Amino acid sequence: MATQTVHHTAMTLSDHLPILQILIPFIAAPLIVFIGQRKLAWPIAFIASATSFVIACLLLSKVIGGSVISYQIGGWAPPLGIEYRVDAANAFVLFLVTGIATLVLPYARQSVGSEMPHQTQTLFYALFLLCMTGLLGVTITADAFNVFVFLEISSLSTYVLIAQGSYRDKRALTAAFNYLIMGTIGATFFVIGLGFLYMATGTLNMADLADKLTGQYESRTVRAGFAFILVGMGLKVAIFPLHFWLPNAYTYAPSAVTTFLAATATKVAIYVLLRFVFSVFQPAFLAETSTLEIIFYPFALLAMFAASFTAIFQRDLKRMLAYSSIAQIGYMLLGIALLSETGLMATIIHLFNHGITKAALFMGVGAYVLRSGSSFYVQIQGLGKTMPWTSAAVVIGGLSLIGVPGTAGFLSKWLLVQAALEQGYWPISMLIVASSLLAVMYVWRLVETLYLSTPSSEQTIQEAPLSMLLPLWAMALACIYFGFETDITLGAAKAAAQALLAGSSGMMN
Amino acid sequence: MHFFTSEFFFGHINYWLFIVLMMTGLYIVIGKGNLVKKIVGLNVFQTSVFMFYISMGKISGGTAPIFPLDGKYNPEIAYSNPLPHVLILTAIVVGIATTSLGLALIIRIREEYHCIEEEEITVIEDAVFRREYLQAKSQGETL
Amino acid sequence: MDTSLAILLSMLLPAAAVVANLIFRNSPNLRDGLTLGAAIATFLVVLNILATVGNTTTDTFVLLEVMPGLALAFNVEPLGMMFAILASGLWIVTHVYGIGYMRGNNEDDHARFFACFSFAIFSVMGIAFAANMFTLFLFYEILTLSTYPLVAHKGTLAAVKGARTYLSILIGTSIGLQLVAVIWTFSIAGTLDFTRGGILEGLIAGPPVAILLALYAFGIGKAALMPFHRWLPAAMVAPTPVSALLHAVAVVKAGVFTMLKVGIYIFGIDFLAATGASIWLMWLAAFSIIASSVIALTKDNLKARLAYSTISQLSYITLGVALATSMGILGGSLHVVMHAMGKITLFMCAGSIYVATHKTNISQMTGLGRAMPITFIAFLIGSLSIIGLPPLGGSWSKWLLIMGAADAGQLAMIGVLLISSLLNVGYLLPLVGKGFFLTAPNKTGPTKFAESPTLVWAPPAFTAFGCIILFFYAGHIQAFLMPIIAAP
Repeated sequence: MATQTVHHTAMTLSDHLPILQILIPFIAAPLIVFIGQRKLAWPIAFIASATSFVIACLLLSKVIGGSVISYQIGGWAPPLGIEYRVDAANAFVLFLVTGIATLVLPYARQSVGSEMPHQTQTLFYALFLLCMTGLLGVTITADAFNVFVFLEISSLSTYVLIAQGSYRDKRALTAAFNYLIMGTIGATFFVIGLGFLYMATGTLNMADLADKLTGQYESRTVRAGFAFILVGMGLKVAIFPLHFWLPNAYTYAPSAVTTFLAATATKVAIYVLLRFVFSVFQPAFLAETSTLEIIFYPFALLAMFAASFTAIFQRDLKRMLAYSSIAQIGYMLLGIALLSETGLMATIIHLFNHGITKAALFMGVGAYVLRSGSSFYVQIQGLGKTMPWTSAAVVIGGLSLIGVPGTAGFLSKWLLVQAALEQGYWPISMLIVASSLLAVMYVWRLVETLYLSTPSSEQTIQEAPLSMLLPLWAMALACIYFGFETDITLGAAKAAAQALLAGSSGMMN
Repeated sequence: MHFFTSEFFFGHINYWLFIVLMMTGLYIVIGKGNLVKKIVGLNVFQTSVFMFYISMGKISGGTAPIFPLDGKYNPEIAYSNPLPHVLILTAIVVGIATTSLGLALIIRIREEYHCIEEEEITVIEDAVFRREYLQAKSQGETL
Repeated sequence: MDTSLAILLSMLLPAAAVVANLIFRNSPNLRDGLTLGAAIATFLVVLNILATVGNTTTDTFVLLEVMPGLALAFNVEPLGMMFAILASGLWIVTHVYGIGYMRGNNEDDHARFFACFSFAIFSVMGIAFAANMFTLFLFYEILTLSTYPLVAHKGTLAAVKGARTYLSILIGTSIGLQLVAVIWTFSIAGTLDFTRGGILEGLIAGPPVAILLALYAFGIGKAALMPFHRWLPAAMVAPTPVSALLHAVAVVKAGVFTMLKVGIYIFGIDFLAATGASIWLMWLAAFSIIASSVIALTKDNLKARLAYSTISQLSYITLGVALATSMGILGGSLHVVMHAMGKITLFMCAGSIYVATHKTNISQMTGLGRAMPITFIAFLIGSLSIIGLPPLGGSWSKWLLIMGAADAGQLAMIGVLLISSLLNVGYLLPLVGKGFFLTAPNKTGPTKFAESPTLVWAPPAFTAFGCIILFFYAGHIQAFLMPIIAAP
């Protein structure tokens, strides 16, 4: 990257990377609307997201060793000014979000073209960038209230994006509406929680909060704040009993949107949860209140089983994958609940691995929708023969979902089981593998449908277009690549887990 | 803890009002079937939080946090905390955006479903589900 | 040739065969020819490794490190060497047989079939040369997945159901139990490298040893220890070359091979013997041997009978590990070879009968022996080897197992082995008898010479001959395997 020196300030462009990460998609979005040309919308969106991806890579390479970049917006020093802070944990999430966005966009061109009318497509790309901006902002900011603002930017654009599915199925509208109600309640709960914390500390900067909260863990105000934040974020994460918005939203949203959301939105929410649970509140606080035992363990385990079980009996592939996402979120929560370095590593690495796995699977679904008109099992019967490339990629994604060795999903499962064993939680490690067996069942139902059933319609179905196959295969190969090459994923996860467990010291230096 | 003292009720009157408003809002969101009423409930709920923040910034005897133009302010004067107010300005904007988006969605729902009552929508969606189920069965779905 | 390069090559050649099958899916002769070439080349590469390495253990070569302490790594040691020779050699035979069978039987989708077949061999090579439990587990799972399409090959409802059972038991046990065992081992020992003398000694004691062993023993579903044996009969729906591969060479042998590896290099024989953690496994294996032999007696379907026979024979090997004596281990290892040669003969004979007459049940095969003498004589030789009569290979491994049982002081096990031999006679020989000496009722069967195509009868004849040869070379194999029981 060119290090263009700005006179008199001695700051280089590379010092401004944290803000550029947000600004580029944020400015590109209205630009698309002002230009208003359908033909230009896609290139602008793609350039913006590709640039963001490059920035995210640069940021990740800077902090993967464990250092921290702090950026003060407008030169106002924290805790009063807003601070952007990049460390291993969130650089990794930035890398995931921008990477997925950059791959989803080429894919979206054809998929969106077939699932949406022409006049809304320009706006679609603008919203897509806004949604991405929101997610990136949530991730990068170190100001608690700023999290809320960005969260709402991404949420509002998400509601609209989901509603775009109404051209295919009108239930997208009610799904979007329900998500809007639930999402707003969640976000508002989050704000209430922040209010309590502000009352107790008089600050909103996360590091400052962490510092001032130490010693106040007995305070009811602080505890109430924690509860509100947990529930509010829990809604966004789709923690088990708070997941009701998710299946419909994923099922009826346009395929490209589902791909993007499934791979990034819940992951970012998990990241925020991690940030608040471990950095703002300290591990000591968690040990003091028995949140983990009472909330996380039972709900994580329930999610793993109930949602997997529900997934087995779906008749729509897309909905099946949505339920499987809820189950996988259970794994991530479990990793948090184990409250150890290995457990957190499992959570962070699964956040990434599940992101790419689900992206591959949902991209495959989008290809089926494009060619056969729907994602119902009856409609995709026997497509393994007519769409061999798509189906092969979907099978790879499915294997990664199960956690077959040699795929990305295996590593996260390995770490999770290892973390459970390290703590001596025997039954939990057995439950983890038992729930993987449920994943085998729902994935294998898909495999049998694709390869061993006779097609239900006579019409000849073509292979998906190259513009969809390439991103799909990029994701599928990533599922295998990250199953062996773990320097990036494991390195970042380790650095992040250590920083998170160190509590506020991770935030302060 | 001094429960049930007058201080407990009147000293925290802003919180009590906040709780009442918040619960009213939440009840409307959950209890009412009409989508517009749900949005109204959501608004009440959000407004309660705005009130909560605004009352939080108030300091007894404090005045509006405006500095004199000449910059010579009197340290004797207590000012209210302006920060929560500023924050809530942002939250209000977000609230308006949410409300307008919700209403827009309701218009689209009415166009597609010809109703805005949750129960009627559920009936329509159930019928669609049943149709899909029968179609899947007839096409030889194997479970 | 450099050993590490040769190991890679022995895996890349089958992988190349997969690609070749997919690319040339529409030109059968080129495709089958290339695959045969790959099979022969693989065998030669493995022989080359044998020539350079002999029965020493080579240094581990790390392909890549996945996590700290967890590497994809390979090395050569006698047991793996033996398994690699066995698998790559029998691949050639099975492939020739497969070409004849698939063409003679007009099966569909030859390209997919042979691609998956080669893929299975690829994973078997990975298992044979794995230098640690992680690598072994990885290829173990790939083997399961690559053989799944072979079991489901016919695409009928029965095939789909059979394949479902196959997959659910194998994946279920490996992920549900074996994976936990592997991770547990890793978390207490900090390594998964196969080390002579085991890696667990001193790190774990008391009942947990038996629990860990149980997780492994049941987790290695491919070894078909009761009660996780159901997949073998279920996989019967597959075309016969697959059954030969599954039940004689690749899959079941991968299972018992893993069992041997775990016994020798993870636990260590002395450690097992000292803790007595494997006593229960010994009794379970004994039960498995007798019970499945009795079930085999009741089966009229020839392939089902052979499948139950396989379950029984695999438990011999498990028994060998569970005895935790040098002789037991040697006998078990030798039995891997002997049983493979015998059982592949029997399966190919069953396939040969099916191709020629489309008969699957033993009761229908009365009088067939005179029409298909070569097939039936091969069957007889294979049966005698399984029963353990000299001068056939199977007699040596059984002899060593009996010695092992005597060493361990488990006289009951000697009884089990003897009773099992009698049961073998009971379920294997009647077919030969009926085939040669009885005439079919109503004279429905063919009366004049009606052998199956050459490509179908020749391979079993060849392996039957192999059973005889093995009798005379058993001593060499035993000597070759000695290092695995040598003190560390």
